[in-house]
Amino acid sequence: MKSWRELPIGGIILEAGNSVKRRTGDWRVFKPIIDHDRCIRCLLCWIYCPDGAIRIVDGVYKTSDGKLWSLSFEIDYDYCKGCGISAEECPVKAIELVEEVR
Amino acid sequence: MIRIRGVRDLPREEYFAPGHGLCAGCTAGTIVRHLLKIAGRNTIVVNATSCVEVSTTMYPYTSWRVPWLHVAFENAAAAASGIETAIRVLARKGIIDPGRSVNIVVLAGDGGTYDIGLQSLSGMLERGHRVMYVLYDNEAYMNTGIQRSGSTPLHAWTTTTPLGKAMRGKIQPKKPIAEIVAAHRIPYVATANVAYPIDMDQKFSKGLSVEGPSFIHVLQPCPTGWRFDPRYGIKIGRLAVETAMWINWEMENGNFRVTTRVPKRKHVRHYLEAQGRFRGLTKEEIEEIQEYIDKEVERINKLVGEEVIGPRID
Amino acid sequence: MQASVERVKTPYGIEQTRVLLNSNYTAAYAIRDVGVDVIAAYPITPQTGVVEKLAEFIASGELDAEMIHVESEHSALSAVIGASAAGARVFTATSSQGLEYMHEVLHIASGMRLPIVMAVATRALSAPINIWCDYTDLMNARDTSWITFIAYTAQEVYDSLIEAYIVSEDPEVMLPAMVAYDGFWMSHTYEPLYIPVDREIVRKIVPRRSRITLDPENPVTMGSIVGPDYYYEIKYQQVVAMEQAYRSVRNADRIIEDTFGRRYEPIEVYRVEDADIAILTYGGIYGTLLDAVDRMRERGIRVGAMRIRLWRPFPAEDLVSKARNISTLIVVDRAISFGASISGPVALETIAAFHRVGSSPDVISIVAGIGGRPVTERDFEGMVETVFKLGRRAREIGTLYWGVRG
Repeated sequence: MKSWRELPIGGIILEAGNSVKRRTGDWRVFKPIIDHDRCIRCLLCWIYCPDGAIRIVDGVYKTSDGKLWSLSFEIDYDYCKGCGISAEECPVKAIELVEEVR
Repeated sequence: MIRIRGVRDLPREEYFAPGHGLCAGCTAGTIVRHLLKIAGRNTIVVNATSCVEVSTTMYPYTSWRVPWLHVAFENAAAAASGIETAIRVLARKGIIDPGRSVNIVVLAGDGGTYDIGLQSLSGMLERGHRVMYVLYDNEAYMNTGIQRSGSTPLHAWTTTTPLGKAMRGKIQPKKPIAEIVAAHRIPYVATANVAYPIDMDQKFSKGLSVEGPSFIHVLQPCPTGWRFDPRYGIKIGRLAVETAMWINWEMENGNFRVTTRVPKRKHVRHYLEAQGRFRGLTKEEIEEIQEYIDKEVERINKLVGEEVIGPRID
Repeated sequence: MQASVERVKTPYGIEQTRVLLNSNYTAAYAIRDVGVDVIAAYPITPQTGVVEKLAEFIASGELDAEMIHVESEHSALSAVIGASAAGARVFTATSSQGLEYMHEVLHIASGMRLPIVMAVATRALSAPINIWCDYTDLMNARDTSWITFIAYTAQEVYDSLIEAYIVSEDPEVMLPAMVAYDGFWMSHTYEPLYIPVDREIVRKIVPRRSRITLDPENPVTMGSIVGPDYYYEIKYQQVVAMEQAYRSVRNADRIIEDTFGRRYEPIEVYRVEDADIAILTYGGIYGTLLDAVDRMRERGIRVGAMRIRLWRPFPAEDLVSKARNISTLIVVDRAISFGASISGPVALETIAAFHRVGSSPDVISIVAGIGGRPVTERDFEGMVETVFKLGRRAREIGTLYWGVRG
């Protein structure tokens, strides 16, 4: 750990958003899994996630029965704490919480 | 001012980085993400001592991608007043770019606003600083372990107002902080709820656009302190509105308006029974709470001149 | 402004005008001449004159700044912290209960390493409530890591406030600074002093410096929570900054001397070269002490006077070297540290300073001037007499409470 000479003064943190170095995903007990075919791209999971652990991924997605979407959602498991809000709020139950074994 | 009509109007940029230590399911994380999406990069945040403050800036890590200042518990409004004045003076003197506008936002919890922070908040409002004060209300001193605050609702359990034989939770009703702020006659005051994010975001946007102080009081369900499974944070926020335990309103230059109508409302027990902090309440106590809410609904409907919160269905 | 516009050219070339001001107004003139951006203050006797005069300067346009009329002293310091963090040059002033109300914020200001400057018109602390002068309020702020000057003349208030900005804004220091002076005795009484005719001169010696601020172009986090694994190092940085502050103060002293022709030292002395006994004190009563020394000298007593001007960082080396001929050192404190082994705060530091070098004069702690009780030449003469009479016993007593009835 840095010495007093190496630290910036006054406890200031110079690197914005460096909390990304903390992988809070290891808090998880239950892991949410998105069913991309069921997902209706309502954006609610992305809206409600307290950790910003759900990303919007642009790109064409074709469901198994031929429906086309221009974007999808990806859960960043480095940060997802498994709170379950996304699963609870999904209007079409496209997110399943699965107990994680590590 | 960003116009938010629906979910797709929300900017994608995240100015609130993951990796913070807020509890799993803490809806304050949701509130802050939205606040920063609306406020954008030209924002300085002053954060009072609170859950968000300690969880998002555990040295040497920070979740903030905008300039952020924490001074102490009771003085966020005072510090923000100083920043607001400094920026105006420095811009006038040409020391900083006078063309660039900066949002100044205070983010504080109920403890730091209702109680210890009321003085500095009132001073800031009275002086008319152009600062948006966002109160994220989890109805207790959660950061220090769920102690009672002026914001704790009637009969709620907290560690300092347990439900027992001699004492039945908090014995006073919730202090009407938004009305106290509105009495300062500032340009914009609103109540919001994380379960109604578009309404909340529109209010953030309006608050940032007024010439003077604004105040947004956001209900923030807390799984740890209210005792519910973390997955239900948004659902409980919604129940608060559906039972009229929480009313979303705004006051723009003195004009009062309810922004989330509830044509048919539920009995408060749906809200209370979903939370461990109300477990053990007697039927009489629940009815006491229901009566208090009924009176509130009547008062609000009278104020608006219309039945914006409808009758109970059960 | 009560100005007798007597233009005086200093040996160093600048024109100064002789004015008649009380220390409160003097402080306001210094702030006007330094040129600040944001002032936030709350009124308390006997500081009020500072902010009233500053408000006049702002209203007339002489000072281009804004005053935030905060609703308490706690908010006053909090507001200037915010303003300073945003890059503004700031100022506040207070006394007594106000200094106490902002006490937690004093530590925060220094912990955040912000170059804030404050004037303190010293006043006794409640209870009982007492609006008159003593230095208990200042002594209570002793451990807050603020660079502290104690002035004894209005001229020194002016010069020290300028030095306060030079030192606190020094990138090697970055600690807040306060300049204290007697409430009422100095804050409200008029003295002649010299201020430069051309204010630009002051601005030139206190140039604006760039530092890290709250800026959306470069977002930083200020005031984060720090745990046991880093807090100690961050606090140690303050220890080092305080040591550097001594050098910075000496540098500022030189700048004042070069610019205005007035010389200051952390410990100032009068007639100690051939003295066996000396009295060390601080603040306005030093002027009275100088007269008392002259009177005692006329009667053949080999006494000298010493004054502590720089209280924090404590100039231990200066004290030890300037007191090297003295065999008995009476330290007259104007504050009580209740329950301490030696109740005079400066006396306690003095003993510690000598302890470090291993040899010491007899240090006698006397407390006087509490709650605005006047200290006259007679008092100083009486103190010397009493100490002579007590001889060795004087030291054993601990602290002598001069003048308490009963």
